[in-house]
Amino acid sequence: MPDRTYLRVRADMPPGHVRTPAYLRGKTGWIERELGEFPNPEERAYGHPGQNSPLLRVRFTMGELWGAGAENPDDTLDAEIYGHWLQAAEPPHAP
Amino acid sequence: MDKAQDAYDGRRWHDMGGEAAGPVPQDDHDFALWEKRVDALMVICSSHGLFTVDGLRRVLEDMAPEAFETMSYYERWIAAINQNLIEAGTYTTAELAKRMSEVAARGTTYGEASDA
Amino acid sequence: MPHDHLSPSGHPYRKDDDHPLTYWQQMEIAVRELLVEKGVTTPADIAAEIDAMDSRSPANGAAVVARAWTDPTFRKALLKDASAATRAMGFDIGALHLIAVENTADIHNIIVCTLCSCYPRNLLGLPPDWYKSRAYRSRTVREPRKILAEFGVTLPQTTTIRVHDSTADMRYVVIPARPAGTDDWSEQQLANLVTRDSMIGTGLPKTPGA
Repeated sequence: MPDRTYLRVRADMPPGHVRTPAYLRGKTGWIERELGEFPNPEERAYGHPGQNSPLLRVRFTMGELWGAGAENPDDTLDAEIYGHWLQAAEPPHAP
Repeated sequence: MDKAQDAYDGRRWHDMGGEAAGPVPQDDHDFALWEKRVDALMVICSSHGLFTVDGLRRVLEDMAPEAFETMSYYERWIAAINQNLIEAGTYTTAELAKRMSEVAARGTTYGEASDA
Repeated sequence: MPHDHLSPSGHPYRKDDDHPLTYWQQMEIAVRELLVEKGVTTPADIAAEIDAMDSRSPANGAAVVARAWTDPTFRKALLKDASAATRAMGFDIGALHLIAVENTADIHNIIVCTLCSCYPRNLLGLPPDWYKSRAYRSRTVREPRKILAEFGVTLPQTTTIRVHDSTADMRYVVIPARPAGTDDWSEQQLANLVTRDSMIGTGLPKTPGA
């Protein structure tokens, strides 16, 4: 298995427009690929130009997301997450 | 889906990934002309910089949860486009109000009202 | 405006002239007229945008998939940068950031947008109603295999399912696996096997003779 960079999605629950789905908050995945910088939609939604934020595709296992309820724990879910929502993390324990 | 007020965790209705729901409805519909026009206005106004897709999504998400069930997709979109255009100062609420009343007075069907 | 455009399903527009005028239709008409009067756009621009919308259909994506099946250099370029590769094929995909994800013998990809209904519309046209439904948006990230079964696709547990949630600036298209028994098929013949749903991941391509 190649070296993976694990990241944890911040568990914050602010009001207003964000593009980080609630079901991913607090979950740990690894970088699938880096996509470059994009203006922050949380600022653009309110009429501001939006500071650039790195956007990453993060891959999660279904086991990490849904625990014992996963259909198949080795299936995966990829999502694009902005850098300010991500923190360095250790690999999650196997479910 | 109903959550007691004191158990509110900040998650909003549009953020539905992972929620329980029924079977996927397989029926489809052909787009009406007015729906295509809403879509065209969205693309054109975005390309002119009058609003961003993020600004549209913000308005859609700020709608009451019932909007998803009671309004069609393009009904929600024209409402969001309109609110963003008013916020951008493209026209005023008074101008819109007057024009909508004029439109309504033209006839009782979309064809009668839109081809003036 | 005459109702002679075809919708993505190939049928004429649903008639809307003979239904009672709704509040939201009043708003659409009013907003459109105000935008024309303010000089933001013209009726010709709006008609041109609708024509462009109608010209985009799953046939565009099918042509891309068939090219990827027959041209290894193109396939590699598509997987590296799908926006550049589809533009080079001549498709006007605008500013779309497109990512192509490939099905193999062991991997099946499926696309969803849980937060709204992001879709590679510049390539495939407008999304089907079910793609925007609460059921599809809610359940696909949790029970993709049940969703696939509802669409008539049953995959073995040995196939890894990769769900892609279009949460931000990227849009996705699935490159389905090339059906067996098509070795001597032309690109055009192959394109006819590629369905819309196979490029969303809720379906598989048609098979020869089916």
